[in-house]
Amino acid sequence: MDATCNPDIDFEACLGPNPDEPVYGGLTRRQMLQFCAGIAATMGLSATAGVRMAEAATAPARPPVIWLHGQECTGCTESLLRSYHPTLEAILLDVISLDYHDTLCIGAGKQALDYKHAMMEKNKGKYVLVTEGGTPMKDGGIYCKVGGKTQVELIREAAEGAAAVIAIGSCASWGGIQSADPNPTGAVGTHEVIPGKLVINIPGCPPSPYNFLSTVLYLLTFGRPPELDQQNRPKFAYGRLIHENCERRPHFDAGRFALEFGDEGHRQGFCLYKIGCKGPETYANCPSIGFGDVGFGSWPVGTGHPCFGCVEKETAFRKPLHALSTVKTLTPPTAFPQVDAEKGKGVSVGAAAAVGVVGGLVVGAGAMLLKQMGDGKKSAPDETKERV
Amino acid sequence: MSTAAPLRRSLVTPTTLVLVALVVIAFCFLLQRFLFGLGAVANINPGYPWGIWVVVDVIIGTAFGCGGFAMALLVYIFNRGQYHPLMRPALLSGLFGYTLGGFAVIFDLGRYWQAYNLLLPWHAQLNSVMFEVALCVMAYVVVLWIEFSPAFLERWGFAAIKRVLDRWMFVIVALGVLLPTMHQSSLGSMLLVMEYRLSPLWFTLWLPALFVISALAMGYAVVMFEATVVSKTFSLPSEHALISKMSIVVGWITVAWLVLRFGDLVARNALPLAFIGSISVFLFWVENAMFLAAALVFITPAGRASQRASFLGAVALLAGGSLYRLDAYLIGYQPLNNWSYFPSVPELMVSIGVVALEVLLYLIFIKTLPVLHGDAARR
Repeated sequence: MDATCNPDIDFEACLGPNPDEPVYGGLTRRQMLQFCAGIAATMGLSATAGVRMAEAATAPARPPVIWLHGQECTGCTESLLRSYHPTLEAILLDVISLDYHDTLCIGAGKQALDYKHAMMEKNKGKYVLVTEGGTPMKDGGIYCKVGGKTQVELIREAAEGAAAVIAIGSCASWGGIQSADPNPTGAVGTHEVIPGKLVINIPGCPPSPYNFLSTVLYLLTFGRPPELDQQNRPKFAYGRLIHENCERRPHFDAGRFALEFGDEGHRQGFCLYKIGCKGPETYANCPSIGFGDVGFGSWPVGTGHPCFGCVEKETAFRKPLHALSTVKTLTPPTAFPQVDAEKGKGVSVGAAAAVGVVGGLVVGAGAMLLKQMGDGKKSAPDETKERV
Repeated sequence: MSTAAPLRRSLVTPTTLVLVALVVIAFCFLLQRFLFGLGAVANINPGYPWGIWVVVDVIIGTAFGCGGFAMALLVYIFNRGQYHPLMRPALLSGLFGYTLGGFAVIFDLGRYWQAYNLLLPWHAQLNSVMFEVALCVMAYVVVLWIEFSPAFLERWGFAAIKRVLDRWMFVIVALGVLLPTMHQSSLGSMLLVMEYRLSPLWFTLWLPALFVISALAMGYAVVMFEATVVSKTFSLPSEHALISKMSIVVGWITVAWLVLRFGDLVARNALPLAFIGSISVFLFWVENAMFLAAALVFITPAGRASQRASFLGAVALLAGGSLYRLDAYLIGYQPLNNWSYFPSVPELMVSIGVVALEVLLYLIFIKTLPVLHGDAARR
C-alpha cells in the first residue's frame, strides 16, 4: 500500500497498480478495499479506516484465530458461513488464519487437538480466541466435553494465551437458551468462566455476521476493541433500540397494531408490539442491516414476526414470546387524535372585537402623540448632547 | 459616566391601573391554561402548532427587544459614545422584550415540565435550530440583566461590585451583540423547514439574513419610538437631535433590507406571485410599503429633521417588521389539508397582557431606577 494515498481524496490512488487482478483468494484488490470501506461505513468510521482495515487484513502474517464450541447449535457459524461480501472462505483464508474450529477444521480427533495445542503454543499472546456456545458449570462442568476435557477447562486453557477473546452468539455472551429456567446444566457465558479477562460479546441468535466481522477487523486494525457498552457489546451494533430504527415504528406512534397473527393489521404490516415484539427493550442493529444480504426487511419484524429480544439476557428465553415488552422510550398513548379532527376554529366575535379595540387604541394613542409633536424646527433645543 | 436618574413621578396613575388590570386578566387565562391545558384556551391546532403566543410574544417581541442589541452595536462596536444616553432605556426595553418572550415560551410549551432538559448537555441536539434559539435566547436574557445591572448597583450603592463589573463589561457587551445576531437569524432559519408550506413570497434561503437585518432596523426604531414617547409623555427634553443623526444609519439598513428582499424575489422569479389578488399578497405589499416609507423618511434630510416624520418612520418600521414576521409565520404559511387559525380571546388577552406587563415594568423601572437622562437637569 502506498503510504501517501489518502482515500478521503482519491480512492483510486489507493488501489495500486493492478486493482482488478485477483489476488486475495479470488478477491481483487478493488473488491477487498470496497469490502473494508463498507465494513468501516457500517461502523461509522471514515473511508481512511476502511483502507487501514484492508491493510491490516491483507498483511502477510494473518492473525491466528482459535474457535471453540460449547453448548450451542452452531447457528452462529452457520450465520457466518452465509456472509457474502466477501464470502467466508475469503475471510478465513486471507484475512485471518483460522487455526482451529470444531466445525470447519479438516483434521479430526487427536490430530486436530494436537494442532490446536501446537498453534496456541506457537502464537502465545497473539491469537484471537472466539467462543461459540454456553459453558455448563454444574457438577464440575461435565455436561460439555471435547477430547475428555470440560468446556470450562478448554476455555480457561485457551484464554490464557489469547490476545483478545470474542464471544459470538447469545449462548457465549450470557448463556443462551440452555441457561433458561431451570438451567439444568448451570450454563453461563464465557465472561463468567474467565473473570478478569475482557470478553467482547456479540450476542444474537444468531448474530449478524457483519457485527462479528466488523469487530474482528476493528481489533486487527486498531489493536483495541471498538467502543463497548456495559455488557461489553460493541456500541456500533448494540447502541440503539430496535424500536428506534424499526420500519414499523410509525405504526407504533400512530397506534396501529396487529392484535393477532393473520388479522387485518398484521396483513397490513402494522406494529407487532401488542403480539409481543421485544423491539422496544432490545438493543441491536437488525432493522438497519438486516440478515442474509437480500435487502430491505429481511429480519424478524420485517417478515411479520415479533422480535424476541435474542440479544438481551433479561428478555430472550426468559420472557414469554408473546408477552408485552417494557417500552424503554415512550409508551403508546391511550388515546390517539381523531382522523377527522376539527381543522381550526375561525374568528370569534370576541377575538375580532379584541383585535379591533387594540388596533384602535394604538392608532388613537399614536395620533394624540403626533398632535403634540412639532416638525422638529420648533422643538426644544437638545440638552442631552452637552452632557455626554 | 452616568447622569441618569430615576423619574420623580407617581407610580399609580390611570395608565398603570389599566395595565395592571390587563395583566391580571392575562394571568387568569394563564391559570386556566395551566389547570386545563393548552386546548382549553388556545385555538392552536395540529396545522398551526404555533399561534400568536409564539409569533407575537417571542418572534415579534424579541425583535422589539433588539434595541439593546442595536444600540450596543452603535455605541460600543462603532464607538459612537454620543448615543450613550439612549443606551440604558434601550437595554431596558430589550430586557423586558426578551425576558417576557422567554416567559411566553414556557406557557406555550405543551410539556413545559420537560423544559429543563434543554440545559442538560447530554440531551443537546446540536443540529437543531430550535435548540440554538432556546439556548441563545436564555443566554441573552442573562446577558441583558448583567448589561442592565449597573442601574441597580448605582441605585443601591454597590460601588465595589460595579467597579469589577465595569472592568469586565466589554465581554458582556460583546456577547450582547453576538447572541442576538445568532438567534434573530435563527428565528428566520426555523422557517426553512416549512419550504412549500410557506408562500414563495416569504420562503427563501435568505430568511435568516432578512430576519436579522430587519431585527436590527426594528431595534433602532424601537429606541427612537420609545425616546420620543417617553420625552413627550413626561415632558422631558427632546432627544430628537440625537435620533435624527442616528436615523441615517437606520435608513440605509432599511434600504439594504428592501434590496435583499426584492433582489431575492426577482432572482427566484417569485415576484409575479405578488400580483395575484389575495389577503396575503395585500399584506405583502403593506409590509414592504412600511419599510419603504421608513427608508424614505430616514434617508432624506427633510424627513430626518422633522420629529413627526421620524416618529412616523419609526412606527412604520416597527409595524412593517412585525407584519413581516406575522406574515412569514402565520399568514403566508398554509399547512396542507386546509387548516385554519385565528387566535381565541384568551390567547389575545394573554398576548395583550404580556405587552401590558412589559410597559408596566418599563414604567416602574424608569421611575425607580436611574435609566433616563434629562430629569436631573429639571430638578
